[in-house]
Amino acid sequence: MKSGPGTHQIRRADHVAISQFINPGELVLDVGCGDGQLMELLQVERQARARGLEVESAGVNRCVAKGLAVVQGDADHDLPVYPDNAYDAAVLSKTVQELARPKFVLGELARIARKVIVSFRNYGHWRVRAALLTTGRVPSLSSSSSDWWSDGARRPCSARDMADLAREVGLHITAIAAVGGGTGDHSSLTRLNWTAEELVFVMERGAAAGE
Amino acid sequence: MSSQALTLSGTDGLRRLSIASPDQPFQLDSGRRLDQVEIAYETWGKLSPTRDNVVIVCHALTLDQFAASPNPVTGRPAWWPTVVGPGRPVDTDRFYVICSNILGGCMGTTGPASKRPDGSFWGTDFPVITVADMVRAQIALLDGLEIKDVFLAVGGSIGGMQVLEWTIQAPDRVFAAIPIAVAARQSAQNIGFYEVGRQAIMADPNWKNGAYIAAGTRPDRGLAVARMAAHITYLSESALKRKFDRRLQDRTSKTFGFDADFQIESYLRHQGQIFVDRFDANSYLYITRAMDYFDIAADHAGQLANAFRGIKTRFCVFSFSSDWHYTPEEARDLVRALNAAGCETSYVSIDTDKGHDAFFVEEPEFEAAMTGFIDAAAEARGLAKRGSL
Repeated sequence: MKSGPGTHQIRRADHVAISQFINPGELVLDVGCGDGQLMELLQVERQARARGLEVESAGVNRCVAKGLAVVQGDADHDLPVYPDNAYDAAVLSKTVQELARPKFVLGELARIARKVIVSFRNYGHWRVRAALLTTGRVPSLSSSSSDWWSDGARRPCSARDMADLAREVGLHITAIAAVGGGTGDHSSLTRLNWTAEELVFVMERGAAAGE
Repeated sequence: MSSQALTLSGTDGLRRLSIASPDQPFQLDSGRRLDQVEIAYETWGKLSPTRDNVVIVCHALTLDQFAASPNPVTGRPAWWPTVVGPGRPVDTDRFYVICSNILGGCMGTTGPASKRPDGSFWGTDFPVITVADMVRAQIALLDGLEIKDVFLAVGGSIGGMQVLEWTIQAPDRVFAAIPIAVAARQSAQNIGFYEVGRQAIMADPNWKNGAYIAAGTRPDRGLAVARMAAHITYLSESALKRKFDRRLQDRTSKTFGFDADFQIESYLRHQGQIFVDRFDANSYLYITRAMDYFDIAADHAGQLANAFRGIKTRFCVFSFSSDWHYTPEEARDLVRALNAAGCETSYVSIDTDKGHDAFFVEEPEFEAAMTGFIDAAAEARGLAKRGSL
């Protein structure tokens, strides 16, 4: 769903960015786990216990054939049966912008896991803003294509949009990382919303102090 | 108690173990007891010195213990050579594989075709049994063989029901479980189809109220019809169309009679005929009845997840897209319950047009996923790696 065959040798940058927030021994649910690259990274390099949920059966089959614990299912429908606080972390790597019901899924993950980690393409990036202003066209954040209909997120959103959604479902941001760049906290949101093409949010339940 | 002392070997070449006696009767869910129970079983591979490499294969309705080698009684080949054998997903070079004929069966295990202690045949006086009873008998078999831990329990259809029952009855003994093409409860549709089969058997005048062995007759017609009806549910509409469609059997035009004009008729008649030679009609009644009674949630206050709560077994559930006997949706219900119970669960839905019986046929994706799950479980259990022996 997210990565084609032959790409599994290369560690995806957002996976590396996500993995720094996972501690050894943590039980992690990877929602939309594709063919399990992130799960493998978390198990091998972070000594985490990874579980996956994936809608495409081809990805599920590859995961299980690799020995990963993955369930074929749909995040938009199958999360309610997971018990409260069952996981240390739930991850949506480049998945949140593809969901039919992102608010529902994020809310469910907030219930299921102590921390929720999402990576997403930031459509608040200055180049997106500039391109829309000057050309009147929605630019692609992909280097391989410039067609809005062939690539990019199904639900384009900015860092600020994602922060608003997090608050809506009762999550607060504990850390932000620019994929391929440094990490920060909530105070770096405005800057990163201009400068980062891809972001990782780490969120926990409850309102942050001072929010 | 030495297991060897209890091992019986009949003139038929089947290996058996006695698991009950008048002093230690076998208690059934129905409340009745059996004073005499023999379990016929077969094994492949070598038991490791620490006895940690045991795989239980649970067979489906009409099969037997000969999963990986030919049946010496019927002469039929192994029924699961794609899955159980050297280098196969259930690798007999690494694992000690045990498959036993289910309670109520007719390949050496005590069932309605067996003799009572007084020498007469049980027939329909045999008590109605459940899937839980079958698994209780398998656990007794393992106790008799002085084996405690099961690394893996695997099986499809009613074999999958037994796998689920194993994890519920002996959660501390089963490390990994692969239920295939199964549901946590028998559907009304399946109960209906099996009732058609039972009625066909009982309508056969040779059935003699179940006492046909003593009467020297065989309800072959009824049993064949039962098999034909059930066999349709093991296939899929698209496979029927691909294999037969409306093609005629060895003729160029319709005969305007009731001979087997169509290939599908000829095929089903053949399936019915070869079945009656190897299966006991009363066994068919009892085993299908056990499937009808199967409903895990009903035994756990209506909550399927309750049955699996606290179970440490890791599961890998398989379903087949064109299976309408046990549908992918039913498998998904099971997976949801396993997730809700917090069990470590994988679920693989295989795209195929081969229907319920797909797990007997070579399906590369099915075998690859099963191998991956088993190898990962073996590594987690600390067992020898594939090809290292």
